[in-house]
Amino acid sequence: MNFAVIIIQVLFVPLVAPLIIGVTRRIKAAMQNRRGADIFQPYRDLIKLFRKAEVLSEDATTISLVSPYVVFASMITIGALIPIVPFAGNILSSYADFIVVISLMILATFFLALNGLDAGNAFGGLGSSREMTLAALTEAGLFFSFMSIALLVQSTNLITLSIHIGTLPSSDWLILSLAFLAFFIALLAENARYPFDNPSTHLELTMVHEAMIIEASGPRLALFEWAAASKLLIFIVLGANIFIPWGIIISGWQSLSLAILVLLCKVFVLTVAVAMLESMTAKLRFFRLPDLLSTSFMLGLIALALAIF
Amino acid sequence: MELFLTQMLEFSLVAMLYGGVGSLVLLSNNRFALIWGSTFAFIGSLSAMASGFAAIFGMQTASFHATTSFALLSLSFRVDQLSGIFLVIIGAVGALATLYGWSYMKHNGDTYRLGAFFASYNLFLASMVLVVIANQALFFLLAWELMALASYFLVVFDHRNEESVKAGYIYFIMTHVATAFIILLSFIFYHTTGSLDFDVWRAESGSLTALSATLVFIFALIGFGTKAGIIPVHVWLPAAHPAAPSHVSALMSGVMIKLGIYMFIRVFFDFFLHTPMWLGITILLLGASSSVLGVIYALSEHDIKRLLAYHSIENIGIILLGLGAALIFRGIGENALSLLALAASLFHVVNHAIFKSLLFLSAGSVVLTTNSRNMEEFGGLGKRMPYTAVFFLIGSIAISGIIPFNGFVSEWLTFQSLFGGLALSGVGLKVLFTLGIASLALTGGLAAACFVKAFGVTFLARPRSREASEAHDSSLLMNLAMGSLAFAALFLGVYGAAATRLFVRIAESVNQSSIAQIPIMSFGNMGFTVRNGFAGLNMPALFLLLSFFLLATWLIMRAVLGKQRISKKITWDCGFPLTPRMEITSTAFAYSLMTIFRPILTYADSTKTVYQDPNLRHFVSSQSVHLHLVDMYMKYFYFPIARVFCSIARQMSRIQNGYINLYILYVLVTLVALLAWALILPQS
Repeated sequence: MNFAVIIIQVLFVPLVAPLIIGVTRRIKAAMQNRRGADIFQPYRDLIKLFRKAEVLSEDATTISLVSPYVVFASMITIGALIPIVPFAGNILSSYADFIVVISLMILATFFLALNGLDAGNAFGGLGSSREMTLAALTEAGLFFSFMSIALLVQSTNLITLSIHIGTLPSSDWLILSLAFLAFFIALLAENARYPFDNPSTHLELTMVHEAMIIEASGPRLALFEWAAASKLLIFIVLGANIFIPWGIIISGWQSLSLAILVLLCKVFVLTVAVAMLESMTAKLRFFRLPDLLSTSFMLGLIALALAIF
Repeated sequence: MELFLTQMLEFSLVAMLYGGVGSLVLLSNNRFALIWGSTFAFIGSLSAMASGFAAIFGMQTASFHATTSFALLSLSFRVDQLSGIFLVIIGAVGALATLYGWSYMKHNGDTYRLGAFFASYNLFLASMVLVVIANQALFFLLAWELMALASYFLVVFDHRNEESVKAGYIYFIMTHVATAFIILLSFIFYHTTGSLDFDVWRAESGSLTALSATLVFIFALIGFGTKAGIIPVHVWLPAAHPAAPSHVSALMSGVMIKLGIYMFIRVFFDFFLHTPMWLGITILLLGASSSVLGVIYALSEHDIKRLLAYHSIENIGIILLGLGAALIFRGIGENALSLLALAASLFHVVNHAIFKSLLFLSAGSVVLTTNSRNMEEFGGLGKRMPYTAVFFLIGSIAISGIIPFNGFVSEWLTFQSLFGGLALSGVGLKVLFTLGIASLALTGGLAAACFVKAFGVTFLARPRSREASEAHDSSLLMNLAMGSLAFAALFLGVYGAAATRLFVRIAESVNQSSIAQIPIMSFGNMGFTVRNGFAGLNMPALFLLLSFFLLATWLIMRAVLGKQRISKKITWDCGFPLTPRMEITSTAFAYSLMTIFRPILTYADSTKTVYQDPNLRHFVSSQSVHLHLVDMYMKYFYFPIARVFCSIARQMSRIQNGYINLYILYVLVTLVALLAWALILPQS
């Protein structure tokens, strides 16, 4: 049981992540009256990239060689820690502190941004600068949205949070929804989605994430893409299992499979929400983004204020 | 143990004294001065570290007392666990900085006399040791002054550089104004207790009237806060730290400013068992503002050493967040939380000493080989100095509070202790602690952005100057010093639980409450939880997990894909010839964040355009933008004060007009006045 939970925790994120990207793209295509690619296309893209030979800049240092691995491994580590199937008996569950998870995300962002600077490409530097600007401002909102839930449950452990979230009285739902809104804005910012970034173009005016990996190719590009997809899934799972208080308490095999099913439903709903939002909003000008991020911060702050008073 | 402790201390002080005096004797011989001065500084530092460890692990208080022929001055020492931890910092950073300097100073030998340098250097180390062990006010003040003077001489070491001399001048003024406040503090204590002995102060601090206690706190905040570099009395710090040779910057930033924090703890926790609420609140607010403003100023810097100096202000802010929280908790009887906050604060003191000296040393290597502190002239150094790059990277990750290095553990603890404040009653306190948490969260993200900039612009991409393209890596000794610090950063991160346990015990010895009675923390196998399971951290497990996945990804990729073919081509250049001008610069990288923080930063930019034909303004021949920050503190705080003093001085100068007859009249008038006073005095 314990072992099975760990295996699911470790494998769920990397295995399901490309599917999420496929689903988002499919929905966006449908919204634009296109047929769109099969939802399994991202898997084929990854396999194709892994098979390709690699071109690296002459100016690149070891950072370019190492950072795809660091970024990817951080995402897998986060995937192993966060409540995918919240089971308190799992030995990894006691390590899942939300500050640890945020710190691992910054580790990934740190190396991603360095990768953007490494080759001395004009786009890469711009992308890194934008990414770090957004990341620095997003952190506070993300922090406060987790913090307000943590104070309701009296724990900063994510597994404990997701197990106890269902038992909260309905009077706390206002706090939950405010915190969720703050979290959702952070989700869009951290994952380079609309209105922060356009995930499907290579246009220098808008690029953030794509600019940082513009010099990567072959297997290393595949790792970056895979890590980016994993990050989106991680955020969606966090949103689903921490802010949406309908989950399954895991006690046996049956409840475990039921829990995975419920999770997949919730993930699907959130994925559709992200895709719909992306189809209906325009990308904001870069210097309008701090306003949106401070909205996230203020929402988190209000949630926190409601939680402590 | 106690004997070992005192012997090691004596040995250390004597070694540094020999080193200092010997270097002066060898003034004209650079080669011998270097060997002599470094050897004794190294041995002295190591024995200071040993005595510090003896104090911590022996859990004893050693004291030593000797009277002198001056009535008020007695040479009394006292080493407790708090002094112990600071002795360890001084010794460890001192020893490694000395190793580094051994190689670093060789390059300065042609232009300057090293004898004078090593004399000040040894005295600087010795004075820092004396500061943390002094147990008598006058003796302490002498040590404090010696520390200020010795470090002043080190700052102006490069005395042919006008900028260094100016920086030294600001430092000299600021540190002496601060010392004046410390002297006033001693007067107040002396007035009430009739003694300059710290033991007496400790015992009789309760007998101070409310007014004099308030004055003591304010004077301590200004006097010791200036040394610590709290905003707004920080102005000397970003000027003086970059001017000194890099290993001295490491000592000043990593160790000396912490002695201000040491005296905060000494006075607020050790001398006084109760402090008023406003003190804790003020310190917490000062911490919040120093941390956020420090990191924002750092972002706008392109001088690598000034950038690091501003980060010292930021980290002092983080330390003060913990310290202020500890004072507030103690004030309302939450002793367990107070312990946690003080331990977090002490842990961050040690961590900052490690990664800041690591960063200053590796920045020093860059400055040494490129002859510039301007980051816009670096670039591409990662290929040319790979070891230095790795060390700077480790320092950057650690200072940004990123897992798995030491900065993360102490910031985590600070967060947890601030969370404790949210559970307190009282709207004001909740708002205060929310502010503290917000500033710490914001600081973490901004620090990461700043160090991506610092590392990326310095070590990645292509060289932007000839010096950068001809750079070469540090020498073996320098790498050894930096490597040890990098290892310490990782070690204290991974074994954060054991370190935390130690810091809790030291905090306990200062805070006079025992953790056994209050289950705020429990330590399990390699990890620990705080506040009855509110949160837990297990660094070794997280480190192993991260390394395991890193290794697994690499091995699986290797196994499935086989040996990769990587072809090297030039960076995508958009069809233009590839030049370093295509890369992002330090200013450009920070520009978007600076624009967002424009209300705080008040920077001025001026654009200058030169046309090929001034009458026909169509063709531009050159265009330049000059962007600089307006120093608000100088403009709105220090210059107005200086103007007031200048105008008073001008008024005073009226009585000085060069006529000797008039001066004799002054003497006569003064004499008569004094005589009259002496006649009246006995009657009253």
